[in-house]
Amino acid sequence: MPDGGPGANLRVAVWRGGSDGRYQSFEVPRRASQTVLDVVTYIQRELDPTLAYRFACRVGMCGSCAMTVNGKARWTCRTHVDKVAADGALEIRPLANLPVVRDLVADMREFFDKWARAKGQFVPKTTREQPFARIDPRSRQRREADAAIECIGCGVCYASCDVVAWNRDYLGPAALNRAWTLVNDPRDAAQRARLEAVATDAGCHACHTMMTCTELCPKNLSPTRSIAGLKRASLRLLLGGGAE
Amino acid sequence: MIARRETLLWAVQRATAMVLAFCVLVHLATIIYAVRAGLSAGAILGRTQGSFLWGTFYGVFVIAVAIHAALGMRVIVAEWLRMKGAAAGLVVGAFGALLAAMGLRAVVAVVAA
Repeated sequence: MPDGGPGANLRVAVWRGGSDGRYQSFEVPRRASQTVLDVVTYIQRELDPTLAYRFACRVGMCGSCAMTVNGKARWTCRTHVDKVAADGALEIRPLANLPVVRDLVADMREFFDKWARAKGQFVPKTTREQPFARIDPRSRQRREADAAIECIGCGVCYASCDVVAWNRDYLGPAALNRAWTLVNDPRDAAQRARLEAVATDAGCHACHTMMTCTELCPKNLSPTRSIAGLKRASLRLLLGGGAE
Repeated sequence: MIARRETLLWAVQRATAMVLAFCVLVHLATIIYAVRAGLSAGAILGRTQGSFLWGTFYGVFVIAVAIHAALGMRVIVAEWLRMKGAAAGLVVGAFGALLAAMGLRAVVAVVAA
């Protein structure tokens, strides 16, 4: 049996403890179509029930199982072992750029607090008493929002962004991507306040366009493109074009 | 207001980048022409001295470099040295002024008749 093929054992180093923790080694049987989340689940159910990790849907919808796998942030439920452990070894630790709660669990509070700071909430212009807004699906704004809307909030982009590591105030790719979907929502009433919140040196103007977020986004979104859109929108606001 | 200031600085950096892209191309073409034509230092100075066009071109080039590099340095000192606000403004302003002074001195040396 070739090393790392079905039947062989995977050598898995798993982060244990808080930010001052260390790796613990496990041997996990290799199976066909095995995902990294399967490996972590095996360890917790069969080898060490004290292992802390987070998951929910197991099918790439909920965004809760992201971890750092062999140095890169990934959604573990949709990451096949074949793709990332060519030599039969896995090193799994919590997402970077976030505080560690314990073992593989990162504290996502600052990640989501930044969505709020980027004014990622929809603010309606009308009430339920008024008729539905009519949005042309072919309109430029609708297509821009569509391209960015499928974010599942997994934090892979945030954990992979060097600007987040250098500037702790930086709102990060996901929060700015969310703001961009709302900048393109003609039903929203908070356009000026939102652009003022994101067009700062901790917002869209801090992005260096390195595109790590776009490279690693498991949903194949391009936060880089969204952030570029925010830069242009902020310039329009500055030049008196107003928020759309 | 932060958003106005940051957006303005971003726009200025973009605008100076466009100026630089043009200036670098003209500068490279000039170098290649001067070398291939075998122009001596004296022949080059003969063309630049007293030339309003070359003086303006390289003057604009130097000013664009000073502004663009200073704005880039502003981000670097913020990220690497955690320096922001007035202190960063002072360091970055001094850096830009130094670049402008050195560059303009060279332009004067080449253009002054």
